[in-house]
Amino acid sequence: MWFTLSYIAWAISAALALWMLYDWFKTDTAYSEDQLTSSREGEIEAVSEKHKV
Amino acid sequence: MSQAAQATGQVPAAGQRISLLRVLGPAHVWALGVGIVLVGEFTGWNFSADKGGALAALITCWFVGILYTSVAMIDSEVTSTVAAAGGQYAQAKHIVGPLMAFNVALYLVFAYTMLEVSDSILVGDLMVTVAATDGLTRHAFVVLTIVVLAWLNYRGVLMTLNVNFIITALAYLSIIILFFSVQPWSQGVVLKLNELVTPQNALPYGWIGVIAAFQFAIWYYLGIEGTTQAAEEVRSPSRSLPYGTMAGMITLLIAAALTWYVCASLLPWEYLGFTFFPLFDAARVTGSPTLEFILFWGTVLSAVASANGCINDAARAWFSLGRDRYLPTWFAAVHPTYRTPYRAILFLLPIALAFAFIADLNQAITFSILSGVLQYTFMSINIVMFRNKWPLGSIRRGYTHPFHPIPAICLFLLCAITFFAIFLGFGSQLIAMVIFYVVVSIWFHFYRYRFVRRGDQFTMPWPKPKGY
Repeated sequence: MWFTLSYIAWAISAALALWMLYDWFKTDTAYSEDQLTSSREGEIEAVSEKHKV
Repeated sequence: MSQAAQATGQVPAAGQRISLLRVLGPAHVWALGVGIVLVGEFTGWNFSADKGGALAALITCWFVGILYTSVAMIDSEVTSTVAAAGGQYAQAKHIVGPLMAFNVALYLVFAYTMLEVSDSILVGDLMVTVAATDGLTRHAFVVLTIVVLAWLNYRGVLMTLNVNFIITALAYLSIIILFFSVQPWSQGVVLKLNELVTPQNALPYGWIGVIAAFQFAIWYYLGIEGTTQAAEEVRSPSRSLPYGTMAGMITLLIAAALTWYVCASLLPWEYLGFTFFPLFDAARVTGSPTLEFILFWGTVLSAVASANGCINDAARAWFSLGRDRYLPTWFAAVHPTYRTPYRAILFLLPIALAFAFIADLNQAITFSILSGVLQYTFMSINIVMFRNKWPLGSIRRGYTHPFHPIPAICLFLLCAITFFAIFLGFGSQLIAMVIFYVVVSIWFHFYRYRFVRRGDQFTMPWPKPKGY
């Protein structure tokens, strides 16, 4: 039984890894690099925190 | 992007900015911090008994508890003010400077990736132990743990930390059930503390054994500082981060005390310092199949929760390095649907798998501890600089930690003791790791920093620091 479980574990791992690779490829081809890397640190702070105490 | 779109994770239209999602609350912060750490009660801390005996494991539990309480307080103050993914990396960047920040980010990535590797090895070993089947290896279970958790992290932070909250709570509950099942109120019925820990064997190697025990006592609380990596994804950083971190630290102090008491009362110190599964073995000693079953799953769930939180944190640190151009900006991509740093998660996945195959548990644990202690040492210096440059009243803080600078001094001294303890046990690894950080620092200073947009990296809308 344990060997069967280990084969199932390999199969699930391979399926999920392939899905992530597929989604990665799909995402990178559907969006521009500029948009995917457009996140900026401190966006919320720039709006909400004035730091006048 | 509109706030409504951000909150629901809608797919952004062309040209809209893609950011991490602010969807987490204090319970998620607790789940992240305690989830990473709790595995340390199920394995790791007990090797301190091997270094100095059962009493040394208790003494270091208290002192390392002071170290981490200082870490939690200092972290809560700084991160409630510098609320950005990358946690201590973003703190170091704003308070100390880019070179320190680069090093801190590497400490974070190393500490969490090696801890993730250790956790997955633990799950694999536990499965093989329970299976007791000739020829069965741990590899399939190790790979399954890492890949499933990477997939979960890839799909979104809210589900990742909801899962972590549930499995961490279940693992914690298993410790509580074990504690009350062994009738802790009446020594001698099940627990035999006075027989197992006697004046003759309490400190078998004397006080130097207590010092040496610091190295593994770190495992009682290693990783609670990971709460700060969620800073950019919590709805209210100034409230959620201090609340979740301090609640997590209180939870862990209780768990550590209960764990030591039960294990030291059921297992001789020689065995306690040798086994990889102290709580599971303590449950076995009681002779109750129910307790054995509960603690087996408690151990598995704690390791899974820890690996899950580690993937989350290592990816955010790596992502932050890319966003500031400390590494190629390619790593700074956010998934347009799931709003996760998906390239950082995918990049670190094969690295974790490789280490899980080539490293053994002790090596992985030691590299994780070393990187962690380097980071804590930085934090003690960081808070002093933070208070000097931006004194109380100059900027808004979500939390102000009391008794400054006593926690910083305690933290620095306890880190120095821990470094000495690591040097006693793993001196060559300590030296190798320090050399590694020196080499990458030289690479960063003389080569990589030319690609950094120097003005863009400082994002906090703070006044100029005092004296500048």
